Amino acid sequence: MSDPTLFAQVKDAANRADPYPLYARLRENPVSLQEDGTWVASTHAAIGSLLHDPRVSSETLPPADRPRTGNPFSDWVVKPIRDRITDAHRPFIFRDPPDHDTLRAAVMHQFTQARVHEMHRRADTLVAELLTKKRGDHEIDIVCDLAYPLPVTIICEMLGVPAEDEPRFHEWATQLATALEPDTLTDTEKRSENSRTFETISDYMGGLIAEKRKHPKDDMLSGLAAGGGPGFPAMGTYDLIATAILMLVAGHETTVNLIANGVLTLLRNPDEWRRLRDEPARAPRLIEELLRYDPPVQFRTRATLAEIAIAGVTIPPGAPLVLLLAAGNRDPAVFPEPDRFDPDRTGSRHLGFGGSLHYCVGAPLARFEAEAALTAMVRRLQKPRLIDNPPPYRAGSALRGPKHLRLAIDGITD
Amino acid sequence: MTDASEHAIVVGASLAGLRGAESLRRAGFTGRITLVGSEAHAPYDRPPLSKHVLMGHVPADATTLPNLHPLDAEWRLGVAARSLNRRDRILTLADGETLAYDRLLIATGARARPWPDTAQARFAGVHTLRDRDDATALHRDLAARPGHVLVIGGGFIGCEVAAACRALDLPVTLVEPGPTPLARVLGEHLGAVVGALHAGIGVTVRSHTRVEALYNDGTGRVVRARLDNGSSIAASVVVVALGAVRNTEWLDASGLAFDEGGVDCDAAGYVLDTEGRPDRRIAAAGDVARFPHPLYGGRRVALEHWGHAVAQGEHAGRLLAEAEPGEPYAELPAFWSSQGGITIKSVGLTEGADGLVIAQGDPKAGRFLAVYGREGRCIAAVSFDCARWLPAYAERIAAGASFPPPAGASDSGALTILPPSFPAEPR
Amino acid sequence: MLQDRPEPAGSVPTDESPRAAPPLRVSVDLNRCQAYAQCCYAAPGHFVLQGREALYYDPAPSAADRLVVERARIACPVQAIHVESPGTDRR
Repeated sequence: MSDPTLFAQVKDAANRADPYPLYARLRENPVSLQEDGTWVASTHAAIGSLLHDPRVSSETLPPADRPRTGNPFSDWVVKPIRDRITDAHRPFIFRDPPDHDTLRAAVMHQFTQARVHEMHRRADTLVAELLTKKRGDHEIDIVCDLAYPLPVTIICEMLGVPAEDEPRFHEWATQLATALEPDTLTDTEKRSENSRTFETISDYMGGLIAEKRKHPKDDMLSGLAAGGGPGFPAMGTYDLIATAILMLVAGHETTVNLIANGVLTLLRNPDEWRRLRDEPARAPRLIEELLRYDPPVQFRTRATLAEIAIAGVTIPPGAPLVLLLAAGNRDPAVFPEPDRFDPDRTGSRHLGFGGSLHYCVGAPLARFEAEAALTAMVRRLQKPRLIDNPPPYRAGSALRGPKHLRLAIDGITD
Repeated sequence: MTDASEHAIVVGASLAGLRGAESLRRAGFTGRITLVGSEAHAPYDRPPLSKHVLMGHVPADATTLPNLHPLDAEWRLGVAARSLNRRDRILTLADGETLAYDRLLIATGARARPWPDTAQARFAGVHTLRDRDDATALHRDLAARPGHVLVIGGGFIGCEVAAACRALDLPVTLVEPGPTPLARVLGEHLGAVVGALHAGIGVTVRSHTRVEALYNDGTGRVVRARLDNGSSIAASVVVVALGAVRNTEWLDASGLAFDEGGVDCDAAGYVLDTEGRPDRRIAAAGDVARFPHPLYGGRRVALEHWGHAVAQGEHAGRLLAEAEPGEPYAELPAFWSSQGGITIKSVGLTEGADGLVIAQGDPKAGRFLAVYGREGRCIAAVSFDCARWLPAYAERIAAGASFPPPAGASDSGALTILPPSFPAEPR
Repeated sequence: MLQDRPEPAGSVPTDESPRAAPPLRVSVDLNRCQAYAQCCYAAPGHFVLQGREALYYDPAPSAADRLVVERARIACPVQAIHVESPGTDRR
């Protein structure tokens, strides 16, 4: 039996800068029971198996409390009341099939290749502007000056959220992102705090969606509001609001970590910084390795629907489950020399975007944004030096990344 | 280990042969490697031929396979193997050339089973579909927008061709002697789902029906087919999809155990002679290899699966390079097929199943996953547009886990064991 | 690029017109593919998802498209895409 406090240590802010030694100890038992009753899967094989196991659920509510989806009429009448009672703001990352599939299909239908590629171009422009803004400075905070504003602007433009409203979301998004932290799920106080934030942001989104219905534009919210598509019905209003909020929060709280973790990793591997500068076409494989080496989403929570026997243990039904994606990404059984950052690895089946049904919807966008940011920075930042190593980290252990990443620089070229 | 003076010959230059040759090299074989292929083309990929190529999305000659590993080898393309003399370790080619070997990989694959009446089989407009030239010819005929296409045989190739015809908006009839399309592989229960899928896209499915004869218009072009119920249907293009025959005739004088169903191998992958003794210089891989699968009680099977050609090719390459038996080949069989916009994927082998459950989803909704069991063990799983769950079932099948699988999936209720209903007699 | 429509009647498809570099060779292990569609975003036109899970791909993209096709290969979550650039990869 391994130390059943390991996962508590992972959650402890004191270990935020480098949880990887803890992950290595967790991997000694592919699936281990922690003292708080959580089962943690930490090897690549165990995580992969559970991600694809139909008896593993993403639902955070017991079945009886779940409102049904896809019924606009009951949406208007019954659902608002039930939603408020059950605290059931449930975007599709917290849903199972068939509801999950219906909602996700509607989003994918709007998440078109054309929109993603347009945002790739847009990201290049935005990065250029953000860096140019800092041109005279000798210090840059990668998080505040670039890694945060870039994805936030992109997601707002893609969804069709007016730029002037955007600052209002920052705190809301940070608050709602805590829904992915395991302790929030069990903490009534935190849940109701989230619930209040959700109400506020819902009111805003409800208004915006009504506006999109009246005056549709070429953006995702207008498209989602306009109706269904092949094989799926139109979303009910509350599902639409939950979906919009999910995408907004995801846009605020994940890619920022990918970019910041990326800069940090490159500065700790200066040879890779130079190679990327000399060969920008190296970006895709470098970003893929980054998603393995230091992923923005370190783990996701699930629950078992039935008894599951795996890797010598039997997880009971109804047990909380943590899929420690970032630990699976350092599994030496799959990745030789796992603690080495090596973009030239081949055949890497990392878990940085999760897997199976809930594979990150925004993955293609995140890759392009990170590419735009990293390739521009290695080209333009002159003699970057880390001011704090390790940097201060944000609170989250699931969505993990630096709070600030201050670099001393000699300047920013054109 | 082998040494640099040795010569390895790979007979058959398609997927299994190519991956086998690469694997020989990768496993450290330093001698000469010669690949012998009956077709004049470099190794190419076949799955697109019955789908994208027929629909005109991809040219037939565009599917040359990528090398996965550097392969330093000599090639004899466009010339088939004629005979094998194991005593002197000599391979003779159709053009009379003789090649001495130290290691031999048999990967000659299979060919389409022809229409049994050879005169009718030669009518213009009558096709089989197996190789690149077949696909080119069939694509050309379909692109000329024939009045009516007749597909004989409701196996995977027949179903995919029928679906491709509908994608091209061509009228097509699928004639199948069994109760439903794909009944032999999936059983009648799921076969009925496939039948409904095809009916839904406008294929005229005639089950329990055989084609008795083809007729031409007097100039040698097919126009009509007579069915076993006495009726006749128009057919300006006919696709004969009656399965495959293994390319084993060249082994006639070899003393190896073979027939049109394949060449027999032991668990390690070595071929067996007629006395059942392994020849440790010769391995077989791909469609042509009939081997005992450990997951199925050692029953000998010859699998026409893409993934199997890759995995067994790689296995055989390692076996020959290391020149000693290693782990038995135990790759879980898997295949896919896409037809009418639906992707069917399978792991395991359904053959001999005595029970079936719809483990997830709903056949009526077009998305579901079925699990097949035999004597209380999971032996196969088939997904219709539900592939992401398949790995979980592959694990259960590989582990020989109990059937039915545990209930409790988010999108399933109680599991009811249904009869898979395989047709009584293989055709 | 994949062609949207079938060729006109009678035309026989041929390989790319002669170019400096031969086309790439692409094959996808469709047993492994789980329709994550990352390739479709990375290299639109070379990879297309039809329906929910049927992946169509161009097995012979022009050598000029090597970088986008490589993008698709790298992004595949299950690493099902194989790409060879004849002339550069073969040793």
